[in-house]
Amino acid sequence: MAIGVKVMHRPQPESTSYLRAALSGMALTFRHMVNPVKVTQQYPEEQTELHPRWRGTHVMETHADGRPKCVACGLCPTVCPANCIRLVGGEDDQGNRYPIVYEIDEFRCIFCGMCQEVCPVEAIHVGQHFENAEYTRARFVYDLDRLMEQDHPVTNLWDPSDPTGE
Amino acid sequence: MSVEPISGVPALIAMALKGPIIFGIVMVVVAYTTLAERRVSAWIQDRSGPNRVGPFGLLQPIADGIKNIIKEETLPATASRFFFILAPILVLVPSLVTFAVIPFAAPLPTPWGVVDMVIADLPIGILYVLAFSSLAVYGVVLGGWASNNKYAFLGGLRASAQMVSYEVSLGLSLIAVLMLAGNVTLTEIIWKQQQLGMWFALPLSLAFILFVISAFAETNRLPFDMPEAESELITGYHTEYSAMKFSAFMISEFGHMVTASAMMATLFFGGWDLPGTWDDAFWYQGQLISGFAADGSVILANPAWWKTLLTFAGFGAKTALFLVLYIWVRWTLPRFRYDQVMSLGWKVMLPTALAYMMLIAGTILTLDTIGMTWGFGYGLALTAVSGAATVAFVFFLDRGRTIAGAAAQRAQRVEVKTIPGAVARAGR
Repeated sequence: MAIGVKVMHRPQPESTSYLRAALSGMALTFRHMVNPVKVTQQYPEEQTELHPRWRGTHVMETHADGRPKCVACGLCPTVCPANCIRLVGGEDDQGNRYPIVYEIDEFRCIFCGMCQEVCPVEAIHVGQHFENAEYTRARFVYDLDRLMEQDHPVTNLWDPSDPTGE
Repeated sequence: MSVEPISGVPALIAMALKGPIIFGIVMVVVAYTTLAERRVSAWIQDRSGPNRVGPFGLLQPIADGIKNIIKEETLPATASRFFFILAPILVLVPSLVTFAVIPFAAPLPTPWGVVDMVIADLPIGILYVLAFSSLAVYGVVLGGWASNNKYAFLGGLRASAQMVSYEVSLGLSLIAVLMLAGNVTLTEIIWKQQQLGMWFALPLSLAFILFVISAFAETNRLPFDMPEAESELITGYHTEYSAMKFSAFMISEFGHMVTASAMMATLFFGGWDLPGTWDDAFWYQGQLISGFAADGSVILANPAWWKTLLTFAGFGAKTALFLVLYIWVRWTLPRFRYDQVMSLGWKVMLPTALAYMMLIAGTILTLDTIGMTWGFGYGLALTAVSGAATVAFVFFLDRGRTIAGAAAQRAQRVEVKTIPGAVARAGR
């Protein structure tokens, strides 16, 4: 049985009409020029919808009484590949561990989300937020209070309805 | 109101007013051409362009200007200081002074007399424009050389070769216009177009095409922007310039564009002339006339301020049309290779311009010999000859494919070839 092969006749360099090509190009650009549909997103007014797994500025979860959920176990500074978390842990008189100093340098952070993955009490999260421009470098070091103030939605590294990944 | 030319002190005041006003208008047009360039390029690429400063981004040129003024001026340590500073001035001045001879509206009647709507109606008209537009190349070459930067230097060299090459065909394509008009004064060229009953783009179509191509090359716009060629030469001759000196180069580039567009409108599209004879006006033996009656006596023109306004709007619209063409072409066509630019200039444009000049000279001579009167029929005869020449030129330029178009259609054809003996395997 014979088979059919498609053969494209491409223009030969010395025998094609470039005037025709130039004019059809002009027509193409003209169609785009008058086309009212533009792809530009007017950013500050139109916000991009972030994906549920977008990893951005960190959020420290708090208990109902306003204390941070962090138990200063030291796992996040250990796992952090960019070494951007500084944690000094302390213990209160009931023996509960809490962070005395908890700082994240958002400038050094690579937003891998490992701190969130490793956290045993789901205290530190990466969030769905990226507009953290500052006037000085020092302002990029977020301390514990500032991390707790962040109110943007946190990243779903997994499906909340299926936390064990089944 | 008398239909007398303005004279005495009011004439001096009118002169003193016209210059700054037109200079201001040209500068504003240049500024807004930069905005138009950015907006149109954005639209062509399905973007919206600068729309943040002011309504629709209309204050963007002012923001650009302020930014360029307060930026730091750099002066390369090894640059030739004097020429480095001289170059932007040498580029800027010719691009702006050429506007002085271009008539932009019908004469305006005032209580003191009729004011010509042109800054200086020089008797040498076009020669003045050509002289000054070729001066601009000195600034470009000097800027490239004085920067002491090899990219800038190459850009300057390319600019000199390209601008000198296309200057030739630009001038030669104009000779057809001068022969038909019989004068180099721009007011008289417009008058002749009004008398012919058609704009010179029709009876001199090939000259118009040659002029447009040469003007693109003269103003260093794409597809002929060899002197800048960002992908090869950074930005060519103004690589080392910053802040307001860079801005001067930019203003001159856009100023050249505006002047070239105004020249195209004046020479080939009737300047401020609008269709119909109601706006025709010309100083003929001390009288402002709008035409000649059948017995050869003059018909006096009746200037009015609304005619001036309308014709000014018409001139602006024609110029804007060519400005948009400039921008549109820039964002469509890719850059030529340098040898292609040169071979187009010397091997195609120059011989064509020469041959066309001979053809038009022969046709005008023939028409005059057989006693055809200057008028619409005269224009039609020239239109036919020029049209044939244009078709022949385009056919030759496009390797005989424009009319046949065989390759273009063949390129889109997909042929299905059957290979006997080959077996289609299942599962493939």
